[in-house]
Amino acid sequence: MRNRFLTRMTVAGIVTCVAAAVTLVTAQTPGYRAPRAPDGKPNLNGIWQAINTASYDIEAHSAAPSPVLELGAAGAVPAGLGVVDGGTLPYTPEALKKRNENRANRLKLDPEVKCYLPGVPRATYMPYPFQIIQSQKHVMLVHEYAGAVRTIYMADQTEAPADSWMGWSNGKWEGESLVVDTKGFNDLSWFDRSGNFHSDALHVVERFTPRSADTLNYEVTVEDSKVFTRPWKMSMPLYRRVEANAQILEFRCVEFVEDLLYGHLRKQPSQ
Amino acid sequence: MTSTKATALIFVIFVVFVRAQSPAYKVPRTPDGQPDLQGFWSNATYTPLERPDNVTKEFYTPAEAVAAEKAAAARESAETEPGTVADVHYDFTQFGLDRSQATLARTLRTSLIVDPKNGKLPPISEEGKRVLAARAEAAKRLGGRWDSAQSNQLDDRCIIMAGPGPPMMDAAYNSNYQIVQAPGYVMILTEMIHDVRIIPLDGRPQPPSNVRQWMGISRGRWEGDTLVVETTNFNGKNPLRGSTENMKVIERLRRVADDTIEYNFTVDDKSMWVQPWSAEAVMRKTNGPLFEHACHEGNYGLYNTLVGARREEQQKAADGAATKDSK
Repeated sequence: MRNRFLTRMTVAGIVTCVAAAVTLVTAQTPGYRAPRAPDGKPNLNGIWQAINTASYDIEAHSAAPSPVLELGAAGAVPAGLGVVDGGTLPYTPEALKKRNENRANRLKLDPEVKCYLPGVPRATYMPYPFQIIQSQKHVMLVHEYAGAVRTIYMADQTEAPADSWMGWSNGKWEGESLVVDTKGFNDLSWFDRSGNFHSDALHVVERFTPRSADTLNYEVTVEDSKVFTRPWKMSMPLYRRVEANAQILEFRCVEFVEDLLYGHLRKQPSQ
Repeated sequence: MTSTKATALIFVIFVVFVRAQSPAYKVPRTPDGQPDLQGFWSNATYTPLERPDNVTKEFYTPAEAVAAEKAAAARESAETEPGTVADVHYDFTQFGLDRSQATLARTLRTSLIVDPKNGKLPPISEEGKRVLAARAEAAKRLGGRWDSAQSNQLDDRCIIMAGPGPPMMDAAYNSNYQIVQAPGYVMILTEMIHDVRIIPLDGRPQPPSNVRQWMGISRGRWEGDTLVVETTNFNGKNPLRGSTENMKVIERLRRVADDTIEYNFTVDDKSMWVQPWSAEAVMRKTNGPLFEHACHEGNYGLYNTLVGARREEQQKAADGAATKDSK
């Protein structure tokens, strides 16, 4: 009897664990129904921000010193458990070599250092807020970093007319989720500060799903057959900036990098 | 232009102008009940901010408007033809960048400025004279245009252009905007350098005066069908005809037809002008979409001109040394 009881307990435990795992894996809090926008769609309007270390490295990583000596601990890298499903990116051998070169030469090569547009999905989890402005034909994602902006076409959808940094996004509603399909990227943006990169064959599918009044689940499927051996996924929560005075401010960083990019071309007093 | 074409254009301008004044127009609403300004708009115009010296009236007749536009288009085309002006590096007409190939936001006005009545900016205040003198000194310290990135123009540096303002002005080319509204917000995306204005409508206070931005900080409200936007907290580094960080801009946007937004604004900056000045413009519906204007990312122009300037200096120095040696 006792053994059977224990077995029952174990089975119950396993069922509970599986249920918990399913909840985590589907990432959508079951039963959560988002407040509605005036048109009846889930209301994603708001100012959102990731709170994790994906901007440093989307893979799991230890803490590391600052790449700039003078910044000391202020510029050091905090550790993180990573946001990539399965932990490691499925690079082809050649692509992995390039990633490692990127990483070794980060200060020279990282587009963020030069104040270039961040690309997708990097823009979403940089340490800056972004605002969703949700209308019927267009959903805008307006990022504080470099004033990067994305238009998600909910109607009048077309193929990307040209390659670009932020890609060309078409969106649709699937239940509680905003699903955004983005192609038409150039090969110049990165995924993080650690040299993780993609080619112009990048295809990103993002799902923004409300999980509570002030959090969204952000799930991304990345496909790029020139760089990766298979599609891969990342996921993380996004948090609402709940301050009453929260607003996207200017981070117009071009002027902050002019000495870095053009300082060596400054006229010398002796000339 | 044939006389038939000219007559047709006069008719079009007349119709556009008259329709813009129609009181019967009912502004569509967004699902949350805001007057709907959404869509793609252009404020490209040949109408100058200030009235030309040889013009004394407020409005052209339709025929005069056509003639003025034709003359302005011809001037623009001539000025952007390589070889005609020293710094023209490509033909704007060839790349579809001249205004005549844009959706023109036409009016019959001879100047955008309506107050002062003479269509000109008001006189510079005493403080304004001091500000301008200080700016001239600072510019001198920065050296010649090609001495450094910082001594170049803001648009060549891809920092900000004329479009986003506020006030929003014709940007010479790509004078295109996308307006998207959500409950509590109006967003205006400027095509040039993807500059975005997010205007909250909830009556929140202005941030402290030590927060300064290139585009200032805007607060909006609906007065009937008119969106009223007040902007302060400018950093003053992108002067509009001389304006300073103390500028206050009040904009009024009202949709008066499916394809037209009336765009009026007042600029109040006692640190530059003795009195506020006001202008009346329009934004005209245009075809989307807007494209990504990744200006800084592709700014080979700034890099190459600086490289060229330094090479030229080296060459001159080498030539000078050679001349000395031969003596």
